[in-house]
Amino acid sequence: MMAIASEQQTVDLREPGGWRRTKNRIATGGMFLAFLIAVIPLGFVLFTVISKGASAITWQFLTGGPIPPNVLPVTFGGMGPAVYGTLVITGFAALIAIPLGVLGGIYINEYGGNQVLARVINFFADVMTGVPSIIMGLFIFTIWVLHFGYSGMAGSFALACLMLPIVIRSTYEMLRLVPDSLREASYALGATKARVTVTVVLPAAVSGIVSGALLAIARAAGETAPLLFTILTVEAINTNLFSGPNTALATQIFANATQPYTGAQARAWGAALTLIAIAFILMIVARLVTARFARYSQ
Amino acid sequence: MEQQDQEQVTAKLQVPQTTVTPAETFAASEADKVFDAKNLSIYYGSFRAVTDVSLSIYQNEITAFIGPSGCGKTTVLRTLNRMNDLIPSARVEGDVHYRGASLYHKSVSPIAVRRRIGMVFQKPNPFPKSIYENVAYGPRIKGIRKKSQLDEIVESSLQKAALWDEVKDRLNKSGLGLSGGQAQRLCIARTLAVEPDVVLMDEPCSALDPIATGRIEDLMHEIKSQYTIVIVTHNMQQATRVSDRTAFFSVLRNEKPGASDTRTGVLVEYGTTQQIFEDPHDSRTQAYVTGRIG
Amino acid sequence: MATKADPAPAGSASPLSRRRPLGDRTFQIACLAAGLLVLVILVLIAITTTQQSATWFSTVGLSGVFSTNWDPGSGHYGALPFIYGTAVTSVIAIVIAFPMSVGIALLLTEVVPRRYSRPIVYVIDLLAVVPSVVWGLWGFLVLAPWLQTIYQSIASGLTGVPVLSTFFGGTSVSGVSFFTAGLILAIMITPIVTSLSREVIATVPTIDREGAYALGATRWEMIRGAVWPHSQTGVIGAVLLGLGRAMGETIAAALVIGSSPTITTHLFSPGYSLPSVIANQFGEATVGVFRSALIGMGVLLFVLTIIINLTARGIVGRSARRARGA
Repeated sequence: MMAIASEQQTVDLREPGGWRRTKNRIATGGMFLAFLIAVIPLGFVLFTVISKGASAITWQFLTGGPIPPNVLPVTFGGMGPAVYGTLVITGFAALIAIPLGVLGGIYINEYGGNQVLARVINFFADVMTGVPSIIMGLFIFTIWVLHFGYSGMAGSFALACLMLPIVIRSTYEMLRLVPDSLREASYALGATKARVTVTVVLPAAVSGIVSGALLAIARAAGETAPLLFTILTVEAINTNLFSGPNTALATQIFANATQPYTGAQARAWGAALTLIAIAFILMIVARLVTARFARYSQ
Repeated sequence: MEQQDQEQVTAKLQVPQTTVTPAETFAASEADKVFDAKNLSIYYGSFRAVTDVSLSIYQNEITAFIGPSGCGKTTVLRTLNRMNDLIPSARVEGDVHYRGASLYHKSVSPIAVRRRIGMVFQKPNPFPKSIYENVAYGPRIKGIRKKSQLDEIVESSLQKAALWDEVKDRLNKSGLGLSGGQAQRLCIARTLAVEPDVVLMDEPCSALDPIATGRIEDLMHEIKSQYTIVIVTHNMQQATRVSDRTAFFSVLRNEKPGASDTRTGVLVEYGTTQQIFEDPHDSRTQAYVTGRIG
Repeated sequence: MATKADPAPAGSASPLSRRRPLGDRTFQIACLAAGLLVLVILVLIAITTTQQSATWFSTVGLSGVFSTNWDPGSGHYGALPFIYGTAVTSVIAIVIAFPMSVGIALLLTEVVPRRYSRPIVYVIDLLAVVPSVVWGLWGFLVLAPWLQTIYQSIASGLTGVPVLSTFFGGTSVSGVSFFTAGLILAIMITPIVTSLSREVIATVPTIDREGAYALGATRWEMIRGAVWPHSQTGVIGAVLLGLGRAMGETIAAALVIGSSPTITTHLFSPGYSLPSVIANQFGEATVGVFRSALIGMGVLLFVLTIIINLTARGIVGRSARRARGA
């Protein structure tokens, strides 16, 4: 085909102008704005908690007790009972929920396969993560507290109900990522299913499982509602987890938040700072664990 | 003897799905038989992956399964150590005898089977543990706890796998840090550490470069005297280099409409490697080994 | 063919047959039991809490339950103000959180290169880690008073304006109101709606995006044409899940909603919600019907959140299945 004399044409290769470009710019700007709007409250909250709470934090505050009446300034007494309560109650809840959660996650992924029961359990574990924490508190109230009274342990039960589905789901997700070739290699060496799971699959997924567990603990440590109905806030330290009411940082903050006294408010900010510090430390450790073990399994 | 065989072979060729059973042509005796498969058919659900395979594997020999993709060679291999059990829809008809015992008898434990019949996989799959722990894994399962015993087993297994010199100073490093060829030798060492009777290899060199491949082929020759090896390979030259016997599998298309096994794997011919490659009896074998198909 | 007792293979000491080891079986049962615990707990929750709330229903009857009068002192236990409050604050929460979360999700999946997305994800995770009670404390002591001045100016500025003044009106002494609660809830549910939306948007096949770009589309046009149709249902599911979370969020709401069981369209005036009243008044509920009413409202909350969760999972699941099958 003979070439036709080409016309002089200018091809416009610039960015589409006008309304299209503007719309695009607005949209992108909107997305960044959305992020900023989310960041502002975070920054604001952290700033407030740190600035108002830092002055209250002393060794006395963290370990001393009992918790004084609201009228008294923050220099009296301390939050020791609440710190102790948070650590011990959350710790006991973790002791219950994490092993059970890991076993449950193992069931769904390793033993359940395509069976209906496994899918049902998986589904309802998902649903259970969305059950409000206050319901867990009411639940333990009705089946335990009404019969056995308030105790730190009851609070642990409520927190464990909260943590269980979270740990199950995160364990399940981590186990799914372990390649089947590792399982095959282990079977080919004559291992039973339990041994394959415990000696090869779990270690391969351990970093993800641990970090998921740590995040669940961080969540539980910050919860108030489940504890309101189970531990019945007190002022003095109660070292007996299994009997007698107890207290925790979260419930103390709740009790103090609406008080008009400066002492009470200062205590609330101090407790809030402590609680945030605990949650942040757990979250950072979780990230470190993921990063460290991910390198090993690369 | 040759005439009889020819007649047998010709007679059988008229029936589409027959395999050429060469038992009479071999000098080996019954006592040397490690595996004896009879009329083995393997199903995945209603799909018949492999039809009517009968062959025998002999002691201290390297037997190669060759054939085009999808002809069932890996499926048959995995039947020998009951790895197909891991697939829920898999089903076996016919029987496989291991040293006289039926592998698929209902009282047989697959776990016990796999301790005697080990497997090396196509893609090296070391555990994300240290090199030492990779090799020690198997012996630990057997109950060996003493460090000195484990040390000995780890060293001798790595020696047998020709990997000891390269890793003896870094036994605590992760097994994932090895090159492809080293990782595969680690997997071989891991398999040898449980002191199996048989080592099955599923295309062990397909993910490796030629030099690494050569080292593993040398390895196979070295350990042959202590183990029985069955290797699946799609590399015919490899089969000629390492194996004593070769089984050629192929795909059979069933012309009947509506049949469940429209494509099913069959054993076409089985004989000494020399015979299969230099003097194949079946025309399909001849076409494959001379490179006309597959 | 008769198979006799399996003979020991040559060269090894033990036979091939062996029963399944006890440890293996025990482990499997333990795992199954742990999994079943989920179902057991859910069923027990439903049964025990419903039982406890029976007194409430039997004492005041269905009409009493759904009346607008909440006055335990004189024996009135109507739950409607709280249902209303829960609904209103949750709706406010998702109206605010939806554009924010989807915006951030799109920012992460479409705009920001992978290298720089980590800090953004960290910030969102930090948002999630702040405990509910701390949000409530800050909301009550800092945000609400600050918002009060804003509310006042908006309300006075809108007086007389027909539709808007009914919503954006009302006053509250310290800024605690439906709107404040909705705002705090929005901040709290943003992390989960963002991360779920991200998951959904990530399932959009790259070829679809490339197809739009190949037609000369700008990024926004590509999002509207290729990403959004695919992820629409999934994102709606994510938002619904956020809604469920917002409804159940107790402590933060309890501190900033105002604790006033009134039904009003004025969003800047105080109100009350289901979880808030349970949290605030449980300590005083020693009388049988009072306590039973509070637990009953817990049951209502439980049922509502389960329904919303099931719907959301169903929607997200269907869109994910379609994406996989597509």
